[in-house]
Amino acid sequence: MSAQTVTAGQRPGSPQAQSLLSVNNIEVIYDDVILVLRGLSLDVPEGKIVALLGSNGAGKSTTLKAVSGLLPSEQGEVSSGSIIFDGQDITKMDAAERVKQGLSLCMEGRHVFPHLTIAENLQAGAYTQRSSNEQLDFVYEFFPQLAAIRSRTAGFLSGGEQQMLAIGRALMARPKLLMLDEPSLGLAPLLVEETFETIARLNAETGLTVLVVEQNAKVALKVAHHGYIMEQGRIMLEESADALAENPDVKEFYLGMTADGQGKKSYRDVKHYKRRKRWL
Amino acid sequence: MTQFLVLLIYGLSEGAILALAALGFVLIYKATGVINFAQGEFLLIGAYTFYTAFVIFQLPILIALLVGVVVAVVVGVLVERLILRPMVGQSHISIIMVTIGLAAVLSSIVQMFFGTQPRAMPNLFPTGSVEILNGSIPANRLWTLLVAAVVLTLLTVFFQKSKHGIAMRSVADDEQAAMTVGISVRRIFAMSWGLAAVSALIAGVLLADLTTVEMGIVNFGLLVFPVVILGGLDSVPGTIVGGLTIGLVTQFTAGYLDPGLAGVAPYIVLVLVLLVRPYGIFGEKRIERV
Repeated sequence: MSAQTVTAGQRPGSPQAQSLLSVNNIEVIYDDVILVLRGLSLDVPEGKIVALLGSNGAGKSTTLKAVSGLLPSEQGEVSSGSIIFDGQDITKMDAAERVKQGLSLCMEGRHVFPHLTIAENLQAGAYTQRSSNEQLDFVYEFFPQLAAIRSRTAGFLSGGEQQMLAIGRALMARPKLLMLDEPSLGLAPLLVEETFETIARLNAETGLTVLVVEQNAKVALKVAHHGYIMEQGRIMLEESADALAENPDVKEFYLGMTADGQGKKSYRDVKHYKRRKRWL
Repeated sequence: MTQFLVLLIYGLSEGAILALAALGFVLIYKATGVINFAQGEFLLIGAYTFYTAFVIFQLPILIALLVGVVVAVVVGVLVERLILRPMVGQSHISIIMVTIGLAAVLSSIVQMFFGTQPRAMPNLFPTGSVEILNGSIPANRLWTLLVAAVVLTLLTVFFQKSKHGIAMRSVADDEQAAMTVGISVRRIFAMSWGLAAVSALIAGVLLADLTTVEMGIVNFGLLVFPVVILGGLDSVPGTIVGGLTIGLVTQFTAGYLDPGLAGVAPYIVLVLVLLVRPYGIFGEKRIERV
């Protein structure tokens, strides 16, 4: 199935419902007053990499928190709509239980446990698992750099190493769907590339389904099969990643190229930019 | 030399009990961020529960201990569930006030049932004394030291190596990240309170065996503050070192300087530490990457 056949209108129960995750028209409210997501829907087909793109404050992170059940700890709630994961309605499920069902999140800013060693971080990642040895071997094999320094305290690792550890820790729970929130944040360009190569490799070698939230649209669209673009709590555009990368508006607003593909944007175009963006 | 040896053993045995009591305090602080002013009352409840089971109901010692553990866990978990959980998100001061109130309630309950008269408990350990280097050391002190050391070791290993110990430290490090790996933060909070109550129970029983079962145990519980300030509020090894140090300081002051000064000595240490090294000997410095 090509990524393009997945459309926003497709819901579970429809003939093509092979999505591992489908978010149906959810609204998210913080503190009972601030409406952050206004009827957001998206689908993540099994075995694919889906990128969720958008500018600051569009609600990308909130979407991931809604899916992983972290909203209650931030006074947020899904006030309407539903989230279906692997055929099960998880809208109201406890965060810890979702991890058991196969949903793992790598939080923005990596969030490794700073005072624990690498080995202990990974062990903590396997909290929901009965035995962790097999998965531990897999993670060390996948990230040989981590294996070499496994008794180091995580807080003192470099950003790139922490990112590897955060992904490795999420993998310890044997997820069916791995969600990553801004994996490129605060990393050098080379490490950003490396991180996304890792994601692509995981997907190719193990068939892991990935939902990645990014501001760096360029690198994300390179590895993703399918992309969504968010604006102000809604999905504004969705297409296959290749088509998105070629889309003139996306090129202009997210990839920093002018419509004719030449040179940088200048301030002369700002007005135009605003108008077009509102439409987008 | 003889006096030194005796004081050393006295100091270490009392210090080990203190370390146990303080470890419970540190567990709660580390995992949940609550400063528990009722830790001394947990010692009290532990000692009286054990006394009730062992002396009043004449249960065998191990069964009595088991009863004590069950009651301690239930009390610890209930306190967390009914009193501290509704306080989540409140200011530190409000939470401290709540634990102070809790302390008053718990000690009043004990007083209501048992009165203020000290009660004697039959010796748990063999009496008599051991001759070491011409000094005679009471055997029960050595036993106390041994039991406390074993329990402290078990707790440390649990904390360092076991799945739940690592989960507790994860929650202490980063609650939200702990949730993302499937750790139920609520369960870890309940577990910390339960475990703290159990370590307080053992401390209370050991203390009651050295002295008597009485309300004064609470005052001993107050000594956890110098211990944790000295050791660092969030460090398990620090707590053990801090406990032993405070125990030794008290005994050596009593033996060499003035018994009256011994009661104040831990608090003098407290003030000095706060002046010189406010995060304690082993206190965790926040890791900041540059």
